[in-house]
Amino acid sequence: MFLSGEEEKMLAGEDGHATRKAMQILVALGEIYGAEKLVKVSSVQVSGVSYKNLGDAGLEFLDELAADGRARVRTTLNPAGMSLTDWKSQGIPPSFAEKQLRVIDAYRRLGVEISCTCTPYLAGNEPEFGQHIAWGESSAVAYSNSVIGARTNREGGPSALAASLTGRTPLYGLHLEENRAPTLTVDVGTALGTPEDFTAMGYAVGKTATDGIPLFRGIRRAGLEDLKTLSAALASAGGVAMFHIDGLTPESKTKPVSLELVEFTSKDLEEARASLDDDGTPDFVSVGCPHCSLTELATLARLLRGVEVKKEFWICSSREVKRQSDEAGYSRWIEESGAKFALDTCMVVAPVEELGHRVVATNSAKACHYLRNAGLRVRFMSLEDCVAEATRER
Amino acid sequence: MKLTGRAIYEGRAEGIALVSSTPMSFYGGVNPDTGEIVERDNELKGQSVKGKVLVFPHGKGSTVGSYVLYRLAKNGVAPAAIVNAKCETIVAVGAIISEIPCVDMVDVSRIAPNSRVRVEGTTVEF
Repeated sequence: MFLSGEEEKMLAGEDGHATRKAMQILVALGEIYGAEKLVKVSSVQVSGVSYKNLGDAGLEFLDELAADGRARVRTTLNPAGMSLTDWKSQGIPPSFAEKQLRVIDAYRRLGVEISCTCTPYLAGNEPEFGQHIAWGESSAVAYSNSVIGARTNREGGPSALAASLTGRTPLYGLHLEENRAPTLTVDVGTALGTPEDFTAMGYAVGKTATDGIPLFRGIRRAGLEDLKTLSAALASAGGVAMFHIDGLTPESKTKPVSLELVEFTSKDLEEARASLDDDGTPDFVSVGCPHCSLTELATLARLLRGVEVKKEFWICSSREVKRQSDEAGYSRWIEESGAKFALDTCMVVAPVEELGHRVVATNSAKACHYLRNAGLRVRFMSLEDCVAEATRER
Repeated sequence: MKLTGRAIYEGRAEGIALVSSTPMSFYGGVNPDTGEIVERDNELKGQSVKGKVLVFPHGKGSTVGSYVLYRLAKNGVAPAAIVNAKCETIVAVGAIISEIPCVDMVDVSRIAPNSRVRVEGTTVEF
C-alpha cells in the first residue's frame, strides 16, 4: 500500500505511540482489503463506549492511547452504558458507573466530543454527499452511506479511533464508487405507513441481504424517522452498510450489479412484525433506538401531556436533541408525566438485564434483537402503543 | 516444514499448535481472564489459548473481540502467536493492539494439532 511521507512518519512513531499504533491498524486493514492507499476523512464516529462491552481491557487500551494520542478530525462518540449525569436514578451500580466515567474521561483526553449518541447526523456531525468518513455504529453507517451519500465502511471501535488519531482510513469497500451499487432488488408490494413497518421490513430484509446492498422499489415516501429505524434494522439483522430506495435516496440510480430479486408482500410484513414480538406483560418500556429525533419527542410530548406514566419508561435521545426539545417546550410535558429521558445511553448498551426487568416494550427491531440476545423478552409495538403500555397500571 | 504467508503483526514466537478447523469468535467465545475457550460447539471448548500458537481459518462475531485479545494479553493468558488462513478486521486489530505475532495467507490445514510451531516474521515453521 502506498503511504505518503507524512504517513510513513506516523508509522515510524515520529508522532508518538498512539499515532503509530493507529497507523499500524490502518495499514494492516488496508493490506487485508487490498487498499491502494489511505484517504483523508472529514469526520469520525467512534463506537465501543459502553463499559458493558469494553470491559477493563478496553478501558486500559483507551487509557494507553490517551497518553499521547489526539483526534485530528472532528470525532463524535457512541452512547455509553448509562446517563453520564443521572445514572443513579437509572439504577446503575456505582462500580459500573465509576468504570464508565473513566472510559469517558479517556475519550475526552483523546479530544473526542462526548456526544454519546448513535445519531450524530442529528446532533451536529453532519457529513456531506460524497465525503469520506470513518464511522462505527452500524445504524449510522447505513444512514450516512444511504441517505446522505457520504462514504464509510462499517468500522469497529479501534479502527474508527485509528482513523480519528491519523485523520485517515484505508481506501477500499464503500469508499469506492464501484462497490456502492445494489446487489439485490427488493420489490415492496405493500404500503409502509409507519416507522414500525420500516423497521420490521428492514429486519426481515437484513437477514436475507446479509452484507449486500439492497435496492428497494415501490416505496413512495419515507421520512427521517422511517429511514433512521430502517438503517438500524438492516444493519443489526445482517451486516448491511448501505441500501438504496428507488427515487428517494441520492445514489439510487446506480445500476444494480445483480438481478437477484426479492418480493416483500403484505404477508411478509405481517410475519416480520410478528417475529419481533414475544409474549408477556412489559415491565419496562423504551423508545429511541436509534436515538429519538425532535419530531419523535414532539409526538411523545403530545401523547404524554397531562397523563401519568406507571411503568419505568425510558426515552432515549442525545443531549443535543433534548436541548432543542427543551427550547420547543416538549421536554417539560414529557418529564411531568413521569417518563425518563435516557440521555447519553439507550436500552441496548445500558445493562438493562441487571436492572431487574424481564419484558421490554419497544418500537425498534434493532432493540428487539439486542435485548433478546441479553436474555430479555420483547414486545414490539408502535410509539403510540408504547406510550399506552407505559401509562397502564402494573 | 516452512510456510510463508503475510505478517499482520510481525514478531517471533514459539509454542504448541492449538488448531480449530472452524472460525473463532473471541467476544463471548474466549474467557478474557483465563484464556479458556468457552464457545458452544467449538471443538476446542475447555482448552486454554495461553502460550499456544492458535491456528484457525478466520475470526467471526462482534468487533469487540479485538478488545478481548487485548485483555488476554494484559492478563498474561494470550496465545503466543496466531496463524490464520485469512485474517479479518477483528483478529488483525486485536493482534496489533495486543502485540501478538500474527501471520495469515498460509494453508492452515497442514499444521498438525499439538505440533511445535515457530512463527517468525512472515514464516510459520513446524
